[in-house]
Amino acid sequence: MAMTYLEAVRETLRQEMRRDSRIIIYGEDVGVRGGVFRATEGLQAEFGEDRVMDSPLAESAIVGTAIGAAINGLRPVPEIQFADFIFPAVNQIIQEAARIRYRSNGTFGVPLVIRAPYGGGIHGALYHSQSIEAFFAHVPGLKVVMPATPYDVKGLLASSIEDEDPVLFLEHKGAYRSIRGEVPDERYLIPLGEADVKRTGTDVSIISWGMTVNSSLKAAEALAKQNISVEVLDLRTIRPLDTEAILATAKKTGKVLVVHEDNLTGGFGGEVSALIAEHALFDLDAPIRRLAGPDVPAMPYAPSLEHAFLVTPEKIEAAAKELALF
Amino acid sequence: MAKAKAPAQRKPAPGLGTERLREMYYHMVMARALDERCWVLNRGGQAPFVISGQGHEAAQVGTAMAFDSAKDFLCPYYRDLGVVLAFGVTPREVMCGLLARANDPSSGGRQMPSHWGHAGRRVITGSSPVATQILHAAGVALAAQVRGEDTVAAAFFGEGSSNQGDFHEGLNFASVHRLPVIFICENNGYAISVPLSKQMSISSVAARAAGYGIPGVEVDGLDPLAVYQATEEAVARARRGEGPSLLDLKVVRLTSHSSDDDQRSYRPAEDLAAERQRDPLPRFRSWMESQGVWDAQQEQDLGARIQREVDDATEFALASPVPDASTLLDHVYAP
Repeated sequence: MAMTYLEAVRETLRQEMRRDSRIIIYGEDVGVRGGVFRATEGLQAEFGEDRVMDSPLAESAIVGTAIGAAINGLRPVPEIQFADFIFPAVNQIIQEAARIRYRSNGTFGVPLVIRAPYGGGIHGALYHSQSIEAFFAHVPGLKVVMPATPYDVKGLLASSIEDEDPVLFLEHKGAYRSIRGEVPDERYLIPLGEADVKRTGTDVSIISWGMTVNSSLKAAEALAKQNISVEVLDLRTIRPLDTEAILATAKKTGKVLVVHEDNLTGGFGGEVSALIAEHALFDLDAPIRRLAGPDVPAMPYAPSLEHAFLVTPEKIEAAAKELALF
Repeated sequence: MAKAKAPAQRKPAPGLGTERLREMYYHMVMARALDERCWVLNRGGQAPFVISGQGHEAAQVGTAMAFDSAKDFLCPYYRDLGVVLAFGVTPREVMCGLLARANDPSSGGRQMPSHWGHAGRRVITGSSPVATQILHAAGVALAAQVRGEDTVAAAFFGEGSSNQGDFHEGLNFASVHRLPVIFICENNGYAISVPLSKQMSISSVAARAAGYGIPGVEVDGLDPLAVYQATEEAVARARRGEGPSLLDLKVVRLTSHSSDDDQRSYRPAEDLAAERQRDPLPRFRSWMESQGVWDAQQEQDLGARIQREVDDATEFALASPVPDASTLLDHVYAP
């Protein structure tokens, strides 16, 4: 049935909790209130306060206790209310969750999914708009998942919960209500580490992840009317990374535009670009192009400034067109 | 905040019969002897790093023995040699960790020594950033509570760690949810070189419990019986569903922070000499002798046994293989 991205999150959590009693959810306002975005609405009523709990406003505690609960046999799916507020928990995520399997020589594992809404365009200003994936994609031991569509939300969230290792599951706030799509009722899994060609094309490849995949698809549609054929590759997970799919599309079209909402310098687009430069340079017909948020500390509040920050379909269209004509 | 009774008045808790008292003393002496051997190997160039628990043995063994090693979980910190020995980790395993051998159960030689972890002994892996394990213990207790299991978790840490945000977040979370977890501070008065007076504006870590509405108990951490009894009460309380407790075990630090530190550079010589006089080992031995459960012959036999076991552990570890370089990339993710 057709549903929003947000409904896909909620219904997947519900479906997974019905089949696996080890899953617990907690975080700030996730209980009675059902989350500030309503991602967990109705879940406490269905599963009880033991499995859907409001927690104190303390992110390190949310993640740190979830690590302990995971080690002791549960499948915690804690929510960080906004990705911007994840930083007090960074020590627990990077130094603990991500390193526990390695540092214990494989004798302990942390099956944990941290959900966090990221991204801007919703008048959230500096501290309710950030894209944080690059900080975490750097960390071996973690997985970083960034779905673009309701269909992918369901398959990737179920896979993340089933995974034996810690997963950071980043949901774009702008997508929550604006992106709709068909989602089958039955359970299905999308493997972590498999990119998806969301649109095939021959002139230019756009490589993206998360919300900007949707913006890229809009740009591709506009360019099709101008006889420019654009392929859109959705990475879906940036760690693990589907290197084969990246190189395949780069070799196919010879022109690559990497798009992300996070700011440019040190962004994950640099990693994608480097991989192509290392392994497919002589298949390219133009320099790799990156289109990203500007190098300012974070997204401002005033609509004029916010709009100027965002990587819009129009900006993507212009950059892809320039590349096509190179 | 409560204070435990003075040791002279103390009779052993009902759970501590003669054999258990002797076992307690054995673990304390073994912890000391292994620790001393670690320093010998360090100074001899065979162990690059040592971090010590000398002076903490009564606190560590006394508290660990009050848990049930068949169902409870411990999250120790890097001084807790006595804790892990009392929970079943063997001297051979300790020495394989010191010398970073492939069969080190904590990490297969990946972590620095004394970063304990032992899946089979219910000792949860720890790291170097302090106080993170306080939250893990609360989470372990949360899982037990959700499943209705009779498991108590414990987190061990120094008083320096009680200044970390994770200490506050962990005690707060655990007290809100009345989790079966015990927070055990081994308070030796120094965070490397920084004395208690420069770490906090109060003299008692136990006083901090009031902020969470949970019991905070100051205990003479040089008296294993007092420690055992205080821990037993806290564990019983947790098993009854009455929530967490904070224990403030006052101990002495008889060695420098680590093999890379020299405490003579920041602690007055007379203080160090005075602390040496408060060594918990001879004190407990005297008490056992006064109770008629220990004598000179037993002391001599124990010394010989410990010597043999420490020698065996050392030889075993020295003969054990180092990790193969080809395993560097293993265990980043589940297979």
